[in-house]
Amino acid sequence: MSTATRVMHSAPEQVWKLPSRGRVGMLSLIIGEAALFTIFVVAYIFYIGKSLTGPTPAQVLEVPILGTICLLSSSFTIWRSEHAIEHGKMRAFSGWLAATILLGVVFMVGTAIEWQKLIFRDGLTIRTNLFGTTFYSLVGLHATHVVLGLSMLSIVLVLSLLGRFSASQSERFAVIALYWHFVDVVWVVVFTVVYVIGR
Amino acid sequence: MSDLPMPSSQTLEPEPAQHGSTALLEWLQGWLVTVDHKRLGILYILYSIFFLLVAGAEAMLIRIQLAVPNNHFLTAQVYNRYFTMHGTTMVFLVGMPILFGFGNYIVPLQIGARDMAFPRLNALSFWLTAFGGLLLYYSFLGGSGLYGVGNAPDVGWFAYAPLTARTFSPGNATDYWALALIVSGFGTLGAAVNIIATTFSMRCRGMTLMRMPLFTWLYLVVSGLTLVTITPLTAAQFMLLIDRYLGGHFFDTQAGGSALVWVHFFWIFGHPEVYVLVLPAFAIANEIIPVFSRKAIFGYPAMVAASVGIMFVSLGVWAHHMFTVGMTSVTNAFFVLSTMLVGIPTGIKIFNWIATIWGGRVRFQVPMLFCLAFLYQFLIAGLTGIMLSVAPLDWQLHNSYFVIAHFHYVLVGAIVFCIFAGLYYWYPKATGRMMSERLGKWHFWLFVIGFHITFDTMHFLGILGMPRSIYTYQPDRGWNTLNMVISLGGFIQAIAVLIFAYNFIVSYFRGDEAGDDPWDAWTLEWTTSSPPPVYNFAEEPEVRSRRPLWDLKHPHDTDWEYEG
Amino acid sequence: MRRVSTMTGWRVLSALAGLSLFAGLSGIAAAAETAGSIPDMMVPSATPAHQIFSLTLFVLLITGSIFVVVAGLLTVAIFRFRSRNSGTIVEPPQIYGSTQVELAWTVVPILIVAVLFLTTARIIFAIQDAPKPKNALDVTVVGHQFWWEFRYPSLGIVTANELHVPVSPMDRPQPTFLKLLSADVIHSFWVPQLAGKTDLIPNHANTMWIDPHTPGLYLGQCAQFCGSQHAMMLLRVYVDTPSEYAAWVKNQQKIGVQDPAVAAGRRVFETEACMNCHRVAGTAATGAFGPDLTHLMSRSTIASGATTNTPEHLREWIKDPSHYKDGALMPSMQLNDEQLNQVTAYLETLK
Ligand code: HEA
Ligand code: HEA
Ligand code: HEC
Ligand code: CUA
Ligand SMILES: [Cu+2]
Repeated sequence: MSTATRVMHSAPEQVWKLPSRGRVGMLSLIIGEAALFTIFVVAYIFYIGKSLTGPTPAQVLEVPILGTICLLSSSFTIWRSEHAIEHGKMRAFSGWLAATILLGVVFMVGTAIEWQKLIFRDGLTIRTNLFGTTFYSLVGLHATHVVLGLSMLSIVLVLSLLGRFSASQSERFAVIALYWHFVDVVWVVVFTVVYVIGR
Repeated sequence: MSDLPMPSSQTLEPEPAQHGSTALLEWLQGWLVTVDHKRLGILYILYSIFFLLVAGAEAMLIRIQLAVPNNHFLTAQVYNRYFTMHGTTMVFLVGMPILFGFGNYIVPLQIGARDMAFPRLNALSFWLTAFGGLLLYYSFLGGSGLYGVGNAPDVGWFAYAPLTARTFSPGNATDYWALALIVSGFGTLGAAVNIIATTFSMRCRGMTLMRMPLFTWLYLVVSGLTLVTITPLTAAQFMLLIDRYLGGHFFDTQAGGSALVWVHFFWIFGHPEVYVLVLPAFAIANEIIPVFSRKAIFGYPAMVAASVGIMFVSLGVWAHHMFTVGMTSVTNAFFVLSTMLVGIPTGIKIFNWIATIWGGRVRFQVPMLFCLAFLYQFLIAGLTGIMLSVAPLDWQLHNSYFVIAHFHYVLVGAIVFCIFAGLYYWYPKATGRMMSERLGKWHFWLFVIGFHITFDTMHFLGILGMPRSIYTYQPDRGWNTLNMVISLGGFIQAIAVLIFAYNFIVSYFRGDEAGDDPWDAWTLEWTTSSPPPVYNFAEEPEVRSRRPLWDLKHPHDTDWEYEG
Repeated sequence: MRRVSTMTGWRVLSALAGLSLFAGLSGIAAAAETAGSIPDMMVPSATPAHQIFSLTLFVLLITGSIFVVVAGLLTVAIFRFRSRNSGTIVEPPQIYGSTQVELAWTVVPILIVAVLFLTTARIIFAIQDAPKPKNALDVTVVGHQFWWEFRYPSLGIVTANELHVPVSPMDRPQPTFLKLLSADVIHSFWVPQLAGKTDLIPNHANTMWIDPHTPGLYLGQCAQFCGSQHAMMLLRVYVDTPSEYAAWVKNQQKIGVQDPAVAAGRRVFETEACMNCHRVAGTAATGAFGPDLTHLMSRSTIASGATTNTPEHLREWIKDPSHYKDGALMPSMQLNDEQLNQVTAYLETLK
C-alpha cells in the first residue's frame, strides 16, 4: 500500500479548480429550456398566416414597447445587483434587486392588459384559431418563466431584507441572475417572432 | 466537496440491526427519503427491472396473439393498448431509468466524488420518474374517465396526430400518456442536469476531462443529448394537451393545423432518443470489454470524439423516420446522407472495440459474453439501419416488421444485452456478492438463442410485406410459420429473463463474497469497499491517468507514461 | 474446462443462427411459389418496385460484405486472443491506439457512404421525380378509418377498397398516378409488388405512381397505424388487361340497378339511415361517410377485406359490423330479420 499512497496522493500542491456546479447546472438547464422554446417558436413561425379564420395578428396585435423596454432594462439592473453583492454592498444589492422585480412586474402587468384586451375586445382566445393557439402558448410559456424568475428574485429580496442573504452567497445569486438573463434573451426572440415577423 | 469533514469510518458504519417493525420502518424510510446517489441508483435499476418484466409480459401477450392468423386471443382494441404500452414502457420506464440508474451509481464513484452535484434534485428526479410510470399504468384504471373502466393509451408510442385528437381518441387514456411522459420527462431532465454538473464540477484531483473513464465521458455526452432531446418531446406534449384540453389547434387538421408538425416534433425527439438509449450501452461496453480483454481501450481520444460526433450528427437525421410522408426528393436525399454519416463514428467505435480485444487475453465471464454478443448484434442492427436509411428501401420497409426487427436488434440485442452485462459486472460492487456464473451462462445462452429466433426471423416477415401494429393477419399471406417461430423465440427469451430474475434475487442472499475488486479492474469504483460506504471514499482519491488501479497494480508500467 | 464449454456454446449459437436464417429463407422461397397472393417486395411487378428491388440487391451486397469483414475480424480476435489458462495473471502488452489504423477505418467507411449515397440519390430522383406521361390514368385515393375510397375524376367513377388499373406493358406504358388524401387520420398506401408506400395525410396531398407490367391481383394494406381496425384496412389492386379494364369501367359508370323486385329492401335502405352514409348512384342515397355501394357486388370482399362478399357475410355485416370488424365506424342498425333479408336482397342486385 505504500505505493498506493504515493500514487494516489502525490503532488497535492497543484491547484485543482473545477467550475461551480451551480453555474454548470444552470447552464445545462438553460440549454434544455432553449430547446423547449425552440419547438414553440418553430411551431409559431410555421403557423404564421395559416389560420382559416380571423382575427389576424395584424388586426389585433399592438407592439408592447413599454413592457419590452422594462424587461430588457431589468437585465441591466440585475447585473448591477450582481456587481453590488460581489462587492458586499448589500443595500445597493437590495435596491437594484427591487428595481429588477419592479420592472418584471410592469412587464407582466403589460401582458395581462394585452391579453385582457385580446380576449374581451377582439375575441381572440386560445381556441379561436391557429394564431390564438400559437400566440397564447408561446407568450404564455415565456410569461410562466418570467413569473418563475420573479418568484425566485422575490424570495432573495425578502431574505436579503431580513438579513438572511449575505455577500457570501453571491455565487448563488449569480446563478439566478443567469436564469433571468436567459428569460430576457428569450423575450427578444419571442418579440421578434411574434411582433415583428408575425405581424 | 473536499471541504466535507473527514468522517471516521466508525461513525458512518450502518447502524446495528434493531428489532421488529421499527427496524423495518426505518429501513424503508432510509430508502424512501434517501439522497444517496448509490441508493437512488439502485432504486432506478430495480424500478426498471420491474417494468422490464411488465413490458416483457405485454410482449408475450402480443406474441401469443400473433402466433397464428385470425387469432381472437386479444381484441383489436386490447392489442393496440398492449403494443402502445409495451413500446412506451420499454423506452421510458425501462431504458431511460435504467440508464440513469447506472449513471447515478457509477459516475460519482468513477470520478472519485462523494455524491452527485445536487443530491436532493437527484431524489426529486427519481420520484418524478417513478410517478410518471405510475401515472402511465394508472391509465389502465382511469383511462376512460367517467365513461367506463379498463382503458389505456392505444395510439402507438409515436402517437401520431391527428389520431390523438379528441375526435379520434375520446376518453382520458391519451391524456395519461402525455402527462406521464411530461412528468417523467422533468425527472429525466433533472437527472441529466445533475450528471453534467457532477462530471464537470465534482471530479477528484487529477482527473482531467481526458482522464475521465469512457463510461463517464459517455454519460456526459448522453446527458447533454438528453437536454435537447427530452425537451422537444415535452413541448410537443404540451401542445397536445393544449389541443385536447383548451381547444387549441396545433394538430387540428380541420382548422388548418398540420399532422406533419407532430410527426416532425416527435422524431426530432425520437431519433436522438434512441441514441440516448444506446450511448449508455456503449458506456457499459467501454468498461467491460477492456477489463475482460486485459487491455486498455484502443483509441481513447477517437472514442470520445466519435461519441461527441454521434451526438451532433444525430440531431440532424430525424426525418429518416419520415421518408414516406411525401417530402421532396432533395429533402429525402439530404436525410439519407445525414443518416448514413452516423455510420462513420459508430464504425470507429466498433473497430476500436475489436482492436481492444485484438492482442488481449479474453476472459469469457458472463459480463463479457453479453458484450461480445452485443458487438455482433449491434453490427447487424447498424447495417439494417443503413438499409433503412436508403430511402427507396425504406419506402418498402417502413412500418413493416423489418423495422421492428431493426430496432429490437438495437434495443434488445445491443441495449438490453449491455444492461445485463452491466448488471452482472457491477452487482458485486453494489451488493458485495457475486451473481452465479452458472445461472448467468444459462441466462446468456437461452437469451441469445431466443433473441435470434425471434428477431432474425422478423426481418423476413417485413420483406414479405407484414406491416407492424396489426393485431391479426390473413392466413393466405405466407406469414404463418414465421410468426409462430417468432413467438416461440419470445418465450425462450422470457425463460432466460426469469432465470436472470431468480439469479438476481438469490445471489443477494447466497452469492459468493465479492471482495472490493472481483474482476481485477482499473477504475476508481473498485478501490472502495463492496458495497461502498455512504461517503464512497475514506479519503478523496487522486489520479494521474485513465486507469488509476492499473497504475497501482503495475507501479513500474504505469499508464501516465504512455497516455498522450 | 470452462473454455471448452464456451466453445461448444459458440458452435450451438452458429448452428442456431444458420437454422433461423434457413427458416427465413425457406419462408421467402415458399412465398415465391405462390407469388401473387403474397405481398413480397422481392417479387416486383412494376417499375418503382423493380428499381427498389435492384437497389436492395446492391445495398444487401455492400452491407453483407461489411458484415462478413467486420464480423470475421471480430471472430478472429475473440478466438485468437482468448485467455488460455485462467490461472496466471500475465497481462498482455498494452496498446493505446494507432493513428494510421484509425485513420484507415475512418476513411474507408466515408468512401462506402459516398457510393451508397450516390446510388440511393439516383433512385430517389428516378422514382420520385418521374415525369407524368400524357396518357397516364389519374386516380384519387382517399383514406378513411378503416377503408379506401377510389375516385377516377376523368371517368366519373367512385368505388371502394378494390382498385382497378389497366396493365402497363413495357413497350406501351400506361402508368397510373395516384393522388393520396385522407379524410381523417394518417394512413399509408402500400402494395409491395408495385411500389413503396406513401402516406395519406389530412391537409397534405401526396402522389405516387405505378405501372404494373403483368395483369393479376396484388395485395397490400394500410401501413400506418390509424386506429382500432388498422389491421383490417386491406388493399386489393386488380391489374386488368385492356379488355377487362374497359368492361369494368363501362359497368362502373352505370347508375345503380333499379330492380322492382327488391323495392322493399331499397325502402329499408332509404329509411333506416343507410343512405346517410352510403351512396347508390341514381337513387336518393348520397351519403359520403361510408363506401359507395353503387356496384357493391362487383367487389369480391366487403369492409376493406374483412370478409368475402357473399350474401351471408353481407347479412351478418349489416346485422352487426363488429362481428367481422370490431371498431369499424358503421353502427349496427338494429334491423329485424325481415328488414335484414330485404336490404341484403337489395344490395345483392347492385352489380
Ligand atoms: C438504440 C436504438 C437505435 C440505434 C442505435 C439505431 C441506429 C440506427 N438506425 Fe434505427 N431505429 C430505432 C432505434 C435505433 N436505431 C428505433 C426504435 C426505430 C423505430 C422507431 C419506430 O418507428 O417506432 C428505428 C428506425 C430507424 C429508421 C426508420 C425506419 C422506418 O420507420 O421506416 C431508420 C432509417 O433510416 C433507422 C436507421 C438507423 C441507422 C442508420 C442507425 C445507425 O446509427 C447505425 C450505425 C451503425 C452501423 C452502420 C454499424 C457499424 C458501422 C460500421 C461497421 C462501419 C462501416 C459501415 C458503413 C460505412 C455503412 N432506424
Ligand atoms: C427496450 C425496448 C424494447 C424491448 C426490450 C422489447 C422487447 C420485446 N419486444 Fe418490443 N417494442 C419496443 C421496444 C422493446 N421491445 C418498441 C419501442 C415497440 C414499438 C411500439 C409501437 O409501435 O408503438 C415494440 C414493438 C414490438 C412488437 C410489434 C408490435 C406491433 O407493432 O404490433 C413486437 C411483436 O412481436 C414486440 C416484441 C418484443 C419481444 C418478443 C420482446 C422480448 O425481448 C421480450 C422478452 C421478455 C421479457 C423481458 C419478459 C420475461 C418475463 C416474464 C414473461 C414474466 C413476467 C412476470 C411478471 C410481470 C411478474 N415488440
Ligand atoms: C354512420 C354511418 C353508416 C351507416 C348509418 C351505415 N353504414 Fe354501412 N358503412 C359505413 C362505413 C364507415 C363502412 C366502412 C366500414 C369499414 O370498412 O371499416 C360501411 C360499410 C358498409 C358495407 C361494405 C361496403 C364495402 O364495399 O366494403 C355495406 C354493404 C354497408 N356498409 C351497408 C350498410 C347498410 C345496409 C346500412 C343500413 C342498414 C348501412 N351500411 C348503414 C358507415 C355506415
Ligand atoms: Cu389506415 Cu392504418
Ligand atoms: Cu432514427
